[in-house]
Amino acid sequence: MEQLKTIGRELAMGSQGGFGQSKEFLDLVKSIGEARSKAEEDRIVLSEIDILKRRLLEPDIPKRKMKEYIIRLVYIEMLGHDASFGYIHAVKMTHDDNLLLKRTGYLAVTLFLNEDHDLIILIVNTIQKDLRSDNYLVVCAALNAICRLINEETIPAVLPQVVELLNHQKEAVRKKAIMALHRFHRKSPSSVSHLITNFRKRLCDNDPGVMGATLCPLFDLISEDVNSYKDLVSSFVSILKQVTERRLPKSYDYHQMPAPFIQIKLLKIMALLGSGDKNASEIMSMVLGDLFRKCDSSTNIGNAILYECIRCISCILPNPKLLEAAADAISKFLKSDSHNLKYMGIDGLGRLIKISPDIAEQHQLAVIDCLEDPDDTLKRKTFELLYKMTKSSNVEVIVDRMIDYMISINDNHYKTEIASRCVELAEQFAPSNQWFIQIMNKVFEHAGDLVNIKVAHNLMRLIAEGFGEDDDDADSKLRLSAVESYLQLISEPKLPSLFLQVISWVLGEYGTADGKYSASYISGKLCDVADAYSSDETVKGYAVSALMKIYAFEIASGRKVDVLPECQSLIEELLASHSTDLQQRAYELQALLALDARAVESILPLDASCEDIEVDKDLSFLNGYIQQAIESGAQPYISERERSGMFETTDYHPQDHHEVPSHALRFEAYELPKPSGPPQASNELVPVPEPSYYSESHQPISTSLVSERESSEIKLRLDGVKQKWGRPSYQSTTSASSTTQQAGTPTHSDAGVGSSSSKPRSSYEPKKPEIDPEKQRLAASLFGGSSSRTDKKSSSGGHKPAKGTVNKPAAVPKENQTPVQPPPDLLDLGEPTDTTVTAMDPFKELEGLMDSSSQDGGSSDVMGLYSDAAPVTTTTSVDSLLSELSDSSKGNPRTYQSQTSKGPNTKEALEKDALVRQMGVNPTSQNPTLFKDLLG
Amino acid sequence: MIKAVMMLNTQGKPRLAKFYDYMPVEKQQELIRGVFSVLCSRPENVSNFLEIDSLFGPFSRLVYKHYATLYFVLVFDGSENELAMLDLIQVLVETLDKCFSNVCELDIVFNYSKMHAVLDEIVFGGQVLETSSAEVIKAVEEISKLEAASNSISLVPKSVSGWRGR
Repeated sequence: MEQLKTIGRELAMGSQGGFGQSKEFLDLVKSIGEARSKAEEDRIVLSEIDILKRRLLEPDIPKRKMKEYIIRLVYIEMLGHDASFGYIHAVKMTHDDNLLLKRTGYLAVTLFLNEDHDLIILIVNTIQKDLRSDNYLVVCAALNAICRLINEETIPAVLPQVVELLNHQKEAVRKKAIMALHRFHRKSPSSVSHLITNFRKRLCDNDPGVMGATLCPLFDLISEDVNSYKDLVSSFVSILKQVTERRLPKSYDYHQMPAPFIQIKLLKIMALLGSGDKNASEIMSMVLGDLFRKCDSSTNIGNAILYECIRCISCILPNPKLLEAAADAISKFLKSDSHNLKYMGIDGLGRLIKISPDIAEQHQLAVIDCLEDPDDTLKRKTFELLYKMTKSSNVEVIVDRMIDYMISINDNHYKTEIASRCVELAEQFAPSNQWFIQIMNKVFEHAGDLVNIKVAHNLMRLIAEGFGEDDDDADSKLRLSAVESYLQLISEPKLPSLFLQVISWVLGEYGTADGKYSASYISGKLCDVADAYSSDETVKGYAVSALMKIYAFEIASGRKVDVLPECQSLIEELLASHSTDLQQRAYELQALLALDARAVESILPLDASCEDIEVDKDLSFLNGYIQQAIESGAQPYISERERSGMFETTDYHPQDHHEVPSHALRFEAYELPKPSGPPQASNELVPVPEPSYYSESHQPISTSLVSERESSEIKLRLDGVKQKWGRPSYQSTTSASSTTQQAGTPTHSDAGVGSSSSKPRSSYEPKKPEIDPEKQRLAASLFGGSSSRTDKKSSSGGHKPAKGTVNKPAAVPKENQTPVQPPPDLLDLGEPTDTTVTAMDPFKELEGLMDSSSQDGGSSDVMGLYSDAAPVTTTTSVDSLLSELSDSSKGNPRTYQSQTSKGPNTKEALEKDALVRQMGVNPTSQNPTLFKDLLG
Repeated sequence: MIKAVMMLNTQGKPRLAKFYDYMPVEKQQELIRGVFSVLCSRPENVSNFLEIDSLFGPFSRLVYKHYATLYFVLVFDGSENELAMLDLIQVLVETLDKCFSNVCELDIVFNYSKMHAVLDEIVFGGQVLETSSAEVIKAVEEISKLEAASNSISLVPKSVSGWRGR
């Protein structure tokens, strides 16, 4: 009520001030402001729409009135009502010569229309005219409209004029022209690909504002293709230097910071250019160091720049000094009271942790504070950080926390995300298979239907395949534990459908395998499931299939099957089901029950869910039939792609010479085709393969074999062309690096960030005695403290010494090769620069890293960096690491329990990670460490 | 890239909404409602950032600032810096404040076109164009001067049949 009064008062003031609007409009706004419900508001707006519809039909509306109507239309559309009846008037208004009306018209059409709207055609001509206007404000208004209203088809109509405007005398126009070109680039990169040099040119514009605007398109271009812009590194660095040295006019200052937005853009670009580039990183390091010194961390914008520096440093090749400075900045962020800065700090930590894993150590308590903060944003960011720093030693704590949080929130979107993260971490680092199944159960129970169905399939496959070792005993133990846990859970009410599918499948496949549970017990449970969830056909389908398997196994093993009465009734019910799928399953089950043991065994062999079913995709068994048909005069099959391809190249050939697609409107008078642009070039190339092929092989396309070969040939040639005219260097390098990455890193889905952060890190004892013990314990368990976890490494004794001896020699020369480089960049397998490293076995490489870091640590500055933080623990861990290594190299198997400090933990983590990486992390394929503990 | 600029009042009514990629009206309303429901559930004294990929797609984030009866909201993707966006809101508000001397909600409602003129000077096609409020005001004033000049002509009511005939 109070607010309404103030609105009323302000309204009165407003009408006195004379905003040029009529009383009517003021009343409208006022009544909408006072509306108490959505329904009331809707009523008001609808009557307003009626009024406007009537008014707009009146003849000879004064322009000023018209302008107000248009504004009113915009207003009602903002409130969510359709104002399309007035669009045409807005379009007409853009034609007006009066700047005020023209601007209003443009404003309205940019808000009303999308780029594919039919009315756009009516505006293009006006825009063309306005772009040539002498009044730069008209030009600006037109440029503004271009950004929203021009689509791929209409770009050519305005492009030449926009390019001309790049040399306009007014810097405001130049700036906007750049931005408009950027927009074109976003909409259709090919339309402006020949103009990219213009962006480079504008980087040297006299006006810093124009230069700053150019950074936006360049950022996009560089993120698409880093390598073509390496030559600009020094320019960017020198621009940044000049900016920080306050060489720009004072008017670019913001809160005493020189052109901070330009600095931020530059830093973003540098991060792109410097990643994996030693040269570029070195050039940048100077100016980055300066920035840290100069940056004023008392203002918001100063901190924005600091954060951007941290980001940049985390992207370029690591430099110890800069990392130290970044770590300092992060600790300032984390210690601040502002939630915003804490958020940035956590984010920065998440970035740096990939490079120097132990940086989180000193901030562990701050991190835990953030985890318990009431601010949801901060909490989620912290979970993201935890996700990045998960390793086998803290996975239990982290996943538990995540699941607790997952249960507590209602936001389905985030629930899905955090559930998938839990699954991913559990798959990657699970200390035991029991734990893994427990976690999966929890995830399915609480986020069940939000989980990607792939996760369920993965889980089933994991249980089916075991973990790839030829250890049937272990596999069956795993299955038994799964079966047991599911039998417990199955009676819970309201389980998610997906989870029930998994349960049914596992029970069907392995319920009776162990002999612990009888077939009738399991089948009774399955019937219960089908009964309880009678509306869910998928679950019922799974349950029936499971029943079928159980009976099949029983029959195959020669036992007599007695179908429970409830099963019998279920089958009968399903025989008459509306779902054909369920019906078929039921009939199949019925038929199967009547078969003898041998037939059943060949239909559903025991434990054969992992056997591959061979599918003849070529349908080669039809060859004879096809041959026959062709001989008797049938046409050979031509694939759809080929058909359409031939259609294009033959029929549309002549039109293709224009830049505009054939069906597009032309906005220019007929003139010479434009000389530039790759579409034309590629057009020349596309048809080439066809004639050349025909001339080479003078064979009629009579047999299907030939036409097949032809299609592949054309396809191949086209691919070649595409690559040639795309970005050759960029594409080839990415594909190369991605393949090496695939070879080296786990191919698990979404594992990217997680796996890279899961690389070795040393862990230190937390030493802050005056803190709440509860928190401290949490910290210890998160950051690798000893209390919560004892090392589990009993069964791998025979495994390890051999590994040590094998890898020791490989590791030593590597250390000589790259003595100065700190650990992390060795790890980045995808990095294009480390060619020697990527060529080697990633596993050995990790071992090498372990050695180098331990030996380096004793003497060189790399470890010295961190020695301020925890001098004592560092040395002990290094010592123990060394002794560890010497032990293992002697081939002396031993347990780690006797070790004094955290060394073993590190070592173990490294080894585990290395092993995991070697074997491929995906537990569904081969992952011996995953379930080692249970098997002992 | 900035995806949207919104000004909502504390009751969730949009006072200005601009999307830099086309959205149908219904989608706009849905997003505005979604944003408001997230905003009003935020306690005080927490960060001004939100990860809002549920509404605007992956990697989209939102920065908001609460002034009197208005929320100023910027939605953007991963290529912008959150703190800088917070300052952009500051720039916008400072500029409006100078334009309207002590800006209030009502100024925004009644000066729709001027609001957009200011916004267009600051954010252009989803990119930050100008961050100096003095420069923005200079540009906007130039426009209003010209508009005022042309306005005086158009104040004379005259037949627009010729204009309509186009």
